[in-house]
Amino acid sequence: MSDIITLAHGSGGKTTGDLIKNIFQKHFNNDILSKNDDAASFMLSGKVAFTTDSFVITPVFFKGGNIGKLAVCGTVNDLAALGATPLYLSCGFILEEGLPVKDLEAIVESMGNTAREAGIKIVTGDTKVVQKNAADKIFINTSGIGIIPDGIDISGYNAVPGDRVIITGTVGDHGCSILLEREKLDIYGDISSDCAPLNRIIGEILSKTTNIHVMRDPTRGGVAATLNEIAQQSKVGIKLFEDRIPVKDEVRGVCELLGMDPLYMANEGKMLVIVPESSVDTVLGVLKNAAYGTDSCVIGEVTYDHKGIVVMNTLAGGNRIVGMPVGDQLPRIC
Amino acid sequence: MDNLFTAFRDPKLAAVLTEKLSMYKGNTINIMEVCGTHTMSISRYGIRSLLPEGINLISGPGCPVCVTPLYFINSAIELLENKDVIIATFGDLMKVPGSHSSLLKEKAKGKDIRIVYSPMDSLKIASNNKDKRVVFLSVGFETTTPIAALTILKAHEEKIDNFSVLSANKTIPNALKILAMDKDVGVHGYLYPGHVSAIIGTKLYEELASQYGIPGVVAGFEPLDILHGILTLVEIINDDSKKVVNEYKRVVSEEGNTEAVRVADKVFSACDSVWRGIGNLPLSGLSIREEFETFDAWKIYNLKPYTAEETPGCKCGEILKGRLKPTDCKLFGKSCIPENPVGACMVSSEGTCAAYYRFREV
Repeated sequence: MSDIITLAHGSGGKTTGDLIKNIFQKHFNNDILSKNDDAASFMLSGKVAFTTDSFVITPVFFKGGNIGKLAVCGTVNDLAALGATPLYLSCGFILEEGLPVKDLEAIVESMGNTAREAGIKIVTGDTKVVQKNAADKIFINTSGIGIIPDGIDISGYNAVPGDRVIITGTVGDHGCSILLEREKLDIYGDISSDCAPLNRIIGEILSKTTNIHVMRDPTRGGVAATLNEIAQQSKVGIKLFEDRIPVKDEVRGVCELLGMDPLYMANEGKMLVIVPESSVDTVLGVLKNAAYGTDSCVIGEVTYDHKGIVVMNTLAGGNRIVGMPVGDQLPRIC
Repeated sequence: MDNLFTAFRDPKLAAVLTEKLSMYKGNTINIMEVCGTHTMSISRYGIRSLLPEGINLISGPGCPVCVTPLYFINSAIELLENKDVIIATFGDLMKVPGSHSSLLKEKAKGKDIRIVYSPMDSLKIASNNKDKRVVFLSVGFETTTPIAALTILKAHEEKIDNFSVLSANKTIPNALKILAMDKDVGVHGYLYPGHVSAIIGTKLYEELASQYGIPGVVAGFEPLDILHGILTLVEIINDDSKKVVNEYKRVVSEEGNTEAVRVADKVFSACDSVWRGIGNLPLSGLSIREEFETFDAWKIYNLKPYTAEETPGCKCGEILKGRLKPTDCKLFGKSCIPENPVGACMVSSEGTCAAYYRFREV
């Protein structure tokens, strides 16, 4: 097989078949995919959660993961945010002519490993190859299906005053890591993406209590955008306490240097969990003992005041609005 | 071990300072924070919400993006008509509206514009693109000028002939003098910029204090720095003292960074300069000296600064002079918002209007 992707890999002929067999089936291997039919068939029973997402990240490989791991985690976490048990995943690849096959294999291998970690099967997929410069190395779309167990009703509309806002760990790690790699900033620091599948720890929480009102993974736009969405959906206010928000020193340092705000930076392995005060100890008890949740803590509360708005009680003791982000954060001059 | 920030963000100490400030009962005091980073920090930590009536914070002209004139953006866009030109710029210039477009819109049209984190990065772009001509958009105050100067010196030393600088660098002290003379502004005290002061030192502020009777405090950017700076200024003003106090000694010395000043002086010389929204201020700008004119994009591309009309209704000029607050502008939060800035103050994260809008206090 050629060591780079060529247009022949998207032709549908023997070369495409070789690619599917030698790369995709090798790493995604499972009983449904291996049937090689035009569609995956399986039984579903219960309330279904269904989601899709596209991944176009630059750089494709970054500290803590790559576009493939991100594609699986992103969709798994979207399902988990509704309390669903992720079951099946589809993936569509758009490959740029010239992509090294070894890079594709590394991406696909990590997708297979992450899917196994999450307990989800990649059951159907598609590959297209586009001419050089018509795409940026590789784009991936993933769609996922999961089942929401009976008795669980988690939604952005469910936050009520008095609820507490929990974050499952430090914020801004992924966004900061990508920024450093994308811009090749010569800044020393142990910053890597937090990219991780969270469905197992969410499942564990739900085995202890189903009294969860809202869950959402704060990806693009970070914690700030996600909480604004929830405040607007639930028509409540959200108050954050700046001194409780966990941020790694290295991330804070880079953000200070470049004029960025960790609250607005993307996370790919964190969940915001909004629960009644009575469930806080149970939820934190599970999270703090889990690999992806050791830094979990309460960062805020849901209020009757200032409906639809997120307010921060600052370190200085003042209050100010945490607004929706506008476009990408751009580095400042001084 | 605590990091560098923790000690200056202690909520308990902040509460002590706030309590002291809340006891102020005297005449109205107008304090101008000169620097955009101060404006940001004040908004970010909700410091205005902590001050009693009678202590007003006014935002000055210290955001380099905000005061960059319209014609500079127009000229940068004009440069892009040369197909072999790559523009290298700091990120926060991207959204600044020119007369008809912005760098962000031009990039979307396919123009080659690269965001850099240091002027030195633009030299790397020049070295890697020998068939192109790289122009670095140099704006900023005393803080950023030395590194722009160093970049030109390095380009000169390494004979990088496909690199030039479109400069609109400015200096703070003359702008402050003009503001100090403006009775409408009514500044009682300056909160002096930590970054700029680190370069120029504190001597120039003594002149402002003695000649114009306006005292000042040099402060850092953490909440305790700012709260303590305001408290000190209130005390000085109440005592009718005209002194300048340096409360940022961990970074700022009386002499400043003489080496940085020397490097900047080697490459740049003083010139008149247009401040967006304010107008032409004598000897408040910097132009590249003749001996380095082969790196001066204004000369290489024969660009002519031309006056351009600001958007009707935009009050950026009055806001930059501290005469109005962003909320006094009819466009603020309506037709002028961060996703569609009408005036320059809404563009940069350090801009007064953007900071007010983003960190609206409740």
